[in-house]
Amino acid sequence: MIEVQGLVKAFGLKAVLRGLNFRVEEGEFVALLGPNGAGKTTFIRILACLSRPSSGEVVIDGLHLPDEAGAIRRRLGVVAHQSLLYGDLTAEENLRFFARLYGLGRVEPRIADVLGIVGLTAARRELVRTFSRGMQQRLSIARALLHDPNLLLFDEPFTGLDQDASAMLDGLLSEIASQGRTVVMTSHDLERAARLASRVDILSKGKIAATVGGPALNPGALPELYRSVTHA
Amino acid sequence: MPDAAGTVEGAVARSAAPGSKRLKDYLTVVGGLVWKDLAAELRSRELLGAMLVFALLVILIFNFALELEVATRKAITSGVLWTTFAFAGTLGLNRSMGMERERGCLDALLLAPVDRSAIYFGKALANLIFLLLVAIIVLPVYSALYGVSLFNAGLVVVIVLGVVGYVAVGTLLSAMSVQTRTRDILLPILLFPVVLPVLVAAVKASNGFLQGWELTEIMPWINLLLVYDVIFVAVSFMSFEYIVQE
Repeated sequence: MIEVQGLVKAFGLKAVLRGLNFRVEEGEFVALLGPNGAGKTTFIRILACLSRPSSGEVVIDGLHLPDEAGAIRRRLGVVAHQSLLYGDLTAEENLRFFARLYGLGRVEPRIADVLGIVGLTAARRELVRTFSRGMQQRLSIARALLHDPNLLLFDEPFTGLDQDASAMLDGLLSEIASQGRTVVMTSHDLERAARLASRVDILSKGKIAATVGGPALNPGALPELYRSVTHA
Repeated sequence: MPDAAGTVEGAVARSAAPGSKRLKDYLTVVGGLVWKDLAAELRSRELLGAMLVFALLVILIFNFALELEVATRKAITSGVLWTTFAFAGTLGLNRSMGMERERGCLDALLLAPVDRSAIYFGKALANLIFLLLVAIIVLPVYSALYGVSLFNAGLVVVIVLGVVGYVAVGTLLSAMSVQTRTRDILLPILLFPVVLPVLVAAVKASNGFLQGWELTEIMPWINLLLVYDVIFVAVSFMSFEYIVQE
């Protein structure tokens, strides 16, 4: 579970997040929408313990940021629009390296598992720099799943993907969500967000400006709501 | 789903492990980073290749530009050598940390539940290996070109101590500069003033061994190198976390 209260993040004099409140229950899939500069990536980086909040409270699974960042890191997997992978290592070598960082035992079966999940078993001995953008993103998901986290953060995972790769990633995200993991995903794609997520939050001017979930989450009505909130 | 050994629970259990186990895990992370850098370099040969070509060009240019007598060549050897190591070193440090910036890999390292100092030591050790490899290749070439014998045990000790100090500071500062837009220019500007005591001490001590000074004359410079190494490894160990924190 994630609970955020009065989160502020400022870079110098510029406040990007301005008293943001946010709550995600266990097993929920929340899509975070918002225009460029709304603070989506900054917010994800704070949840991922990559950036320290200026003020406010962030609690993940009962652990407080930034004091318990180490324990929080063990519980989360992150997929960003960059792959976070080494181009000069093979898919398998990348995963072996990250398994070592996470202190995992019995690494080889786990690597085989996650490569199977993302459909990259056949390409496991190929260098990542030879992968297409879609393959890199799938391997990035394998890296995020390696230590079996219960919280997954996706920062614009569909950026730069073609239609086939996007469709494959759609399927992967649905499968991950169906396993009962908590997922927070930022996106610009309203239709996809409405289809995949159980709840959509719209971030505008550093705050959550609207929340839609359950039966009210209508892909047809979301663009209108998005426009009204972000142009207000 | 993986079994307990491969899960978060398994990893959490290991975090509560006794000191010897934690040290083993720490060294596993350091070793993993060194292995990763060496494996990537073996494939790309970008870092060592650039450092070596640059280092060999520098000694070649000095060789033709100075055209000195044998005795004078001996006197300038330590200066030329350390100038070569210092400039080739900045290339290597920039490239080594630049590799972490590509595809957001530095974030991937920081996402892992590991002590930040283990990341520092892993990167510093890999950089140390690369710079020592450059030194191993440059020394015989220099000997052949300048007709000066560099096969001196004392000189080897000075090179190791000097390179340790250089890499200790360089790895820390490259982690800082890599996050800026002017990283290629910023690293030497930040590094050279800080690393000046190492370069001066290394040049003096190297010169002492090559010119056959008494050990009592060389020891103050060796001691300075030792003190600098200890201080800067300790400072980097303590401050790396704050350097990479956003």
